[in-house]
Amino acid sequence: MSDTNGNGALNGGGNGSAGGNGRSLLSLVPKTDVKQTMKDFKTDQEVRWCPGCGDYAILAAVQSFLPELGLRRENITFISGIGCSSRFPYYMNTYGFHSIHGRAPAIATGLATSRPDLSVWVVTGDGDSLSIGGNHLIHALRRNVNLKILLFNNRIYGLTKGQYSPTSETGKITKSTPMGSLDAPFNPLSLAIGAEGTFVARTIDSDRKHLQSVLRAAAEHRGTALVEIYQNCNIFNDGAFEPLKDAAVRDDITIRLEDGEPIVFGADRQKALRRTPTGSFEVVNVADVAASEIAVHDASNPDPSMAFALSRLDQPAFEHTPIGIFRNVDRPSYDELMRAQVEEAVETQGAGDLAALLGSGDTWRID
Amino acid sequence: MTKQVQQLDRVIIRFAGDSGDGMQLTGDRFTQETAAFGNDLSTLPNFPAEIRAPAGTLPGVSSFQLHFADHDILTPGDAPDVLVAMNPAALKANLGDLPRGADLIVNTDEFSKRNLAKVGYAADPVTDGSLAEYRVHALPLTSMTVTALEGYDISKKDAERAKNMFALGLLSWLYHRPTEGTVGFLERKFAKKPEIMKANIAAFQAGWSYGETTEAFSVQYEVKPAEHDAGLYRNITGNAALSLGIVAAGVQSGLPVYLGSYPITPASDILHELSKHKRFGVRTFQAEDEIAAVGAALGASFGGSLGVTTTSGPGIALKSETIGLAVATELPLLVIDVQRAGPSTGLPTKTEQADLMQAMYGRNGEAPVPVIAPQSPSDCFDAALEAARIAVKYRTPVILLSDGYLANGSEPWKLPDVAALPKIEPNFAAPSEEAFEPFRRDPETLARPWAVPGTPGLEHRIGGLEKADVTGNISYDPANHDTMVRLRQAKVDGIANDVAPLAVDDPSGKARVLVMGWGGTYGAISAAVRRVRAEGRDVAQAHLRHLNPFPANLPEVLRSYDKVVVPEINLGQLSMLLRGRLLIDVIGYNQVRGLPFKSEELQDVIQEVIDSE
Repeated sequence: MSDTNGNGALNGGGNGSAGGNGRSLLSLVPKTDVKQTMKDFKTDQEVRWCPGCGDYAILAAVQSFLPELGLRRENITFISGIGCSSRFPYYMNTYGFHSIHGRAPAIATGLATSRPDLSVWVVTGDGDSLSIGGNHLIHALRRNVNLKILLFNNRIYGLTKGQYSPTSETGKITKSTPMGSLDAPFNPLSLAIGAEGTFVARTIDSDRKHLQSVLRAAAEHRGTALVEIYQNCNIFNDGAFEPLKDAAVRDDITIRLEDGEPIVFGADRQKALRRTPTGSFEVVNVADVAASEIAVHDASNPDPSMAFALSRLDQPAFEHTPIGIFRNVDRPSYDELMRAQVEEAVETQGAGDLAALLGSGDTWRID
Repeated sequence: MTKQVQQLDRVIIRFAGDSGDGMQLTGDRFTQETAAFGNDLSTLPNFPAEIRAPAGTLPGVSSFQLHFADHDILTPGDAPDVLVAMNPAALKANLGDLPRGADLIVNTDEFSKRNLAKVGYAADPVTDGSLAEYRVHALPLTSMTVTALEGYDISKKDAERAKNMFALGLLSWLYHRPTEGTVGFLERKFAKKPEIMKANIAAFQAGWSYGETTEAFSVQYEVKPAEHDAGLYRNITGNAALSLGIVAAGVQSGLPVYLGSYPITPASDILHELSKHKRFGVRTFQAEDEIAAVGAALGASFGGSLGVTTTSGPGIALKSETIGLAVATELPLLVIDVQRAGPSTGLPTKTEQADLMQAMYGRNGEAPVPVIAPQSPSDCFDAALEAARIAVKYRTPVILLSDGYLANGSEPWKLPDVAALPKIEPNFAAPSEEAFEPFRRDPETLARPWAVPGTPGLEHRIGGLEKADVTGNISYDPANHDTMVRLRQAKVDGIANDVAPLAVDDPSGKARVLVMGWGGTYGAISAAVRRVRAEGRDVAQAHLRHLNPFPANLPEVLRSYDKVVVPEINLGQLSMLLRGRLLIDVIGYNQVRGLPFKSEELQDVIQEVIDSE
């Protein structure tokens, strides 16, 4: 954690550490003095996802990760929209709000900007966040509201039983597109980076260790963290991310981003990324290039073009897929700025006096 | 030169000009002077939705009507006694409202061939005799202003723009208005542009002096101050009063106010006003759209703030799903609808009362929401406090129906005694070691506990899915759904026992006809009722603040009269509710012209009903 003794005031700013992670707002959330376990975050509610759904793995990963943060359970809130993933809050023994399709970031914005003492998580899916709720997602990102958004991307509509989603590949045959979908899909990370996102990451439901490492960084991030989680829907889109899970090929196509490290991958770390003159990335053999030509990952670079170029690498279909933290830059969160204005108003004008306010402006007295 | 001074008991002035002529400002300053002088007053701004429609055209006409008197008045007046027309378009657009014999002040400088042609005048009405039935004062206001400002270091354009201050000075002289307030206002407004400030003050004073010296005006008028109760007063618009009411609700409840809003006419001024009051801990969030605005407000309510969202009819349509969520999750939420003429975009700057059905029923499922309406600009303060009280006490969204007329209109407001304002008790659920039941209700109010995040032991999940009674767990049980639908309805219905009974004004006790309205029509209806009584007829009057639930005594009140007249600026929405819910027939009187009622026409309607008895 970059800052464990912050006083919660805006002053102090980012520490400009190499990780690009400025002061964490987690210091404003009360800590627990009892040891927590995964069990503390389970509810008595029966989990009702389909057997084999990737959501189970994510739920277990989150429940077993949260004790690490050591926050008081009552100061953690999960807010969701509508969809399979959005049932998530019912299974978390924290405060929770299962809201309306697409609107979770808006509702969470009201909560986060009025309650700095809460750790606010948004759980959403590709349809919820990128289709009906696309507007709220991009505005939360540009404002940098202190939200941790977990975007479960299964590239299909699950709860409505199998229509194509805004991340489905063009030409996808579904119930609503018997001749193939016509839509060009969104790339959630490219969208988030374009929307001025300050923390943009990707992970996979089946890789708990990686998932939790990304969650850890997200939790500590100052502002909006968008974490895309590749999540398998075994009913309507089974195997959507199979290449990344198939032991035979996954190491050759998965690029694990490590901040400050050369981008090298492959089962024998034989491949690397090199930047082309146009700014995109190309895959090269480590043996063929000088070490200085291999790109070094720099998540905290204020210039988003490198992160954007990385986000384009899995186009069109998992040839080379980076996972990890693409972008992690420090910028004051909307919450801090909003609080600072209130504090400044109180400081410079004094706390509000209702009688004085009502009697302000042109008044006259009648005796 | 000594002028004759004539006493008047009341005057209605309308300032009209191009959108860029500063008529709203002129009207507002005259209003402030009038308020400071001690007259009772009521105002009606009327402006186009376009910010600057093409200059000199009919759609670009902006006007401001002010009614002031030496006695208490209720409306901005039906027809002006004096019309100030700054150009031919303003004359043409307003002449139809001007009664014979009224004073007409026209700015002849703008009556060029080109400007006349723009609005279809073949000949100059000022000189062709067509205005013979009015007392016309044809004055070159622009050139007199420019002449008066020779010697000031400002452009000709800036000098011309000061013509509204010249007109204000002239009218201020004509009606004996105090001038210090306007001079002080100009000093503040143009503090950073001293030359412009001096020029505007000079134009204002030149207008005054012109009145004193010219032979064009032989008479000066005086309207004595009105009798008011002792106290401190200010003039206030509905939107300003509503904003202050929201701040007061925050103070009285101890809850931080959180406004989520998206700009929309005619509600935006509430966002502007509340954004100035951060020292009260008020947070204002200008959201990306109407849905996010109400979403953020509801999220803040979940966190223990007083969540508020402000909008107009089209915004309510967008927010309806979230209002439904607030019904289902039973969280306090204040939803302000400053109604404007619809459907769809409609007439954004014109008033209407046609969102009543939307407020009542504009949601999927059985989703009862308390609805209340203020009756005058200053009453918006009390209505906001009342709406917040109900929202917090009953854990429910409340819709407050203001309208464009109340929002922009103004009247003197006797400031309330802050110490006497009602307290609002949030009664948050307290930390507990026992299993928490988020939908165990208070047996009296049927309200559920408000358990905010951060409270140990009360961790729970809420949402739009149907919940089991008491436990709040998701439930698809048919009987439970039936129970929950009825409980939510019963909770809202029960509020009827917690609001003031409907008061009836029936001074003679002999009336057989009752006139009942709701919301912003109070002034016009009351003025009409006075006229009817002055003509020797008996009529009773009542005005509904609570549209849902109705006050408990409403059926009894309605049944004690032979006939009930319900005037509304819609096609009969309250009439329909009264018939549908109470099986009581009423006589609707309905207009949807984007304008408030005229009391004279309501007088005719009421008298006709009485005389047909």
